[in-house]
Amino acid sequence: MTMRPDPTFHASPKLAMEAPAENFAYTLLLSPDFSKPDALAVIDAKPGSPTYSQIVHTVTMPNKGDEFHHFGWNACSSALSPLTGHAFIERRYLIIPGLRSSRIYIIDTKPDPTKAKIHKIIEPEEVFKKTGYSRPHTIHCGPDGVYVSTLGGGGKDGTNGPPGVFIMDCETFEVLGRWEIDRGPQTLHYDFWWNLPRDYMVTSEWALPPQFENGIVPEDLLANKYGHRLHFWDLRARRNVQTIDLGANHQMALEVRPAHDPVREYGFVGVVVDTTNLEASIWTWWREGGKFHAEKTATIPPEPAPKEKLPPLLQGFGAVPPLVTDIDLSMDDRFLYVSCWGTGEMRQYDVSDPRKPKLAGSVHIGGIARRTPHPNGKAFAAGPQMVEISRDGRRVYWTNSLYSTWDDQFYPDGVPGLEVMANVGRNGGLELDKNYFVSFPDGYRAHQIRLEGGDCSTDSFCYPSA
Amino acid sequence: MGWPLAVSAGLMDKSPRALFRALWALAAGHLLATLLVLLPFAFLLVLAEWQRSIQLGASLFVIGFGVYRLVERRHPRALARIPPTQLALWSFAVAIAHGAALMLVPIYLGLCQAFELDAGHEAAGALMKASLGMAVLVSLVHVAAMVSAGGCLAWLVYRHLGLRFVSRSWFNLDVIWATSLILVGVVAFGFNLASWH
Repeated sequence: MTMRPDPTFHASPKLAMEAPAENFAYTLLLSPDFSKPDALAVIDAKPGSPTYSQIVHTVTMPNKGDEFHHFGWNACSSALSPLTGHAFIERRYLIIPGLRSSRIYIIDTKPDPTKAKIHKIIEPEEVFKKTGYSRPHTIHCGPDGVYVSTLGGGGKDGTNGPPGVFIMDCETFEVLGRWEIDRGPQTLHYDFWWNLPRDYMVTSEWALPPQFENGIVPEDLLANKYGHRLHFWDLRARRNVQTIDLGANHQMALEVRPAHDPVREYGFVGVVVDTTNLEASIWTWWREGGKFHAEKTATIPPEPAPKEKLPPLLQGFGAVPPLVTDIDLSMDDRFLYVSCWGTGEMRQYDVSDPRKPKLAGSVHIGGIARRTPHPNGKAFAAGPQMVEISRDGRRVYWTNSLYSTWDDQFYPDGVPGLEVMANVGRNGGLELDKNYFVSFPDGYRAHQIRLEGGDCSTDSFCYPSA
Repeated sequence: MGWPLAVSAGLMDKSPRALFRALWALAAGHLLATLLVLLPFAFLLVLAEWQRSIQLGASLFVIGFGVYRLVERRHPRALARIPPTQLALWSFAVAIAHGAALMLVPIYLGLCQAFELDAGHEAAGALMKASLGMAVLVSLVHVAAMVSAGGCLAWLVYRHLGLRFVSRSWFNLDVIWATSLILVGVVAFGFNLASWH
């Protein structure tokens, strides 16, 4: 309980952009063969610092086999929601779910990120018992607690009942229980986000645990059995109000990125692969006349490649699919960054007109066939994957691992953990920074990045920027 | 109470009218909460011989609620579950949860005493009318004060001070609020005891 709201809480996206830049980048490290405990790395992101772009602290977990993936804060700008009337909590704890183990770690980042330590561990049994869900994934701090999406239901393989969202207390970290009252036709889950003042939530679909834990199942993919729908919910009534099917061939609708400014009732979702032509696509969804709509607004074509440059999984296709595995929207809702993990490209789209994205910038790095090195001359394995944008929109960070078993299928030569950063021009354009190149310790891969003081995929705002 | 909601409504709709509409809803909810708490006491006042006990009991109740707010410092997060479109309901719930309406009880009972509304020889009907009138008056004055203060603040932030003021001006008043509840209860209790002898 504090006397003032945390200084990193901002009433509007515009105020968040004007706040001091991040000094640290928190990055999740996973041991892909489960031989070592997973870890949280704290990287110095302060330009000019003697330890710039170096790991300055590591929190190693006490267990193995957690498979770290996504994570989030216990509290963010949503605490300024005028509906809570109570903003006296701190952005202090990182909540890290083990996607494979269903164990959840709470990491205390005070008094200083370089002294971060484990505050609490929530054992998988508590999650199973209180929610009937498993495989916790996305974390968002809301005004009445921390919301956690899950990819699995009950039972050993997570297929006993549908996955969903549960809520945790943001101070005691007690698991409170399921969020949904009426899930409608939703049976798969992946990401979720919301518009707090407009009172709706959007959720997406990846797959059930048997379809991802041991690697991608090619037969299921070609049979279009991965997720391809968006669900829209009445946030406070906790009901599914509308489901939009993007079409069965649009396999894996993953990250949902609503506009940060709550006045804007639109957002984006990335689709990994179209099974008819290997294209990846960006979709825009919006609300009009009380109904939600979605349309494909950008496509990225596959790139032909000789068989010898392809992993066995793709040799029959003679091409590299772009595989859009992550997207992220800048705080001013102007630029959408799109990771093409297969072709090895980070794209920047100007989405000022949300239904007409325009390619504004691009950098190539890594890739299944291209294998473009970093401008500093070093090799970059795999491709751009988890992407995070600084609040001021000037720096874009990304790592290169998708998921332990999937990495091995698409990049059988190995995926050493790497993190890079690109600078953004005033009016768009993207250029890799020669001085920011983080090479993680052997045996570790890197997944999601969180920036100190909030970034472009954590905070939710309750006031417009105008 | 709730003025940031009016700011938010004004900004979301880009219209001062939306700000004032929100203020009205907030006022209505708050008024309903104060009336709901005061009216039972207005009816109770008819029981002339129980005057003293009612007043002492009400003071103790306010003290008790203040102590509870002081000990139980967790904020009722359920308030955030009320849809943003139901501002009047939100305002009602927050006034009950925080004891804003309850704080008026000792003040109201004190006013009734001062105006001798509890004179034993009055006919019950007339007494009821007078004490009900007083309850409505106290509620209206209180809500008018709240809405004009909150409204001025909302307007200033909306028009001149800017959104930065929302987080800059927000102080944790939990302890001060709980203490003031206790204080009002104690003062009322003291007055009642003193006038007894």
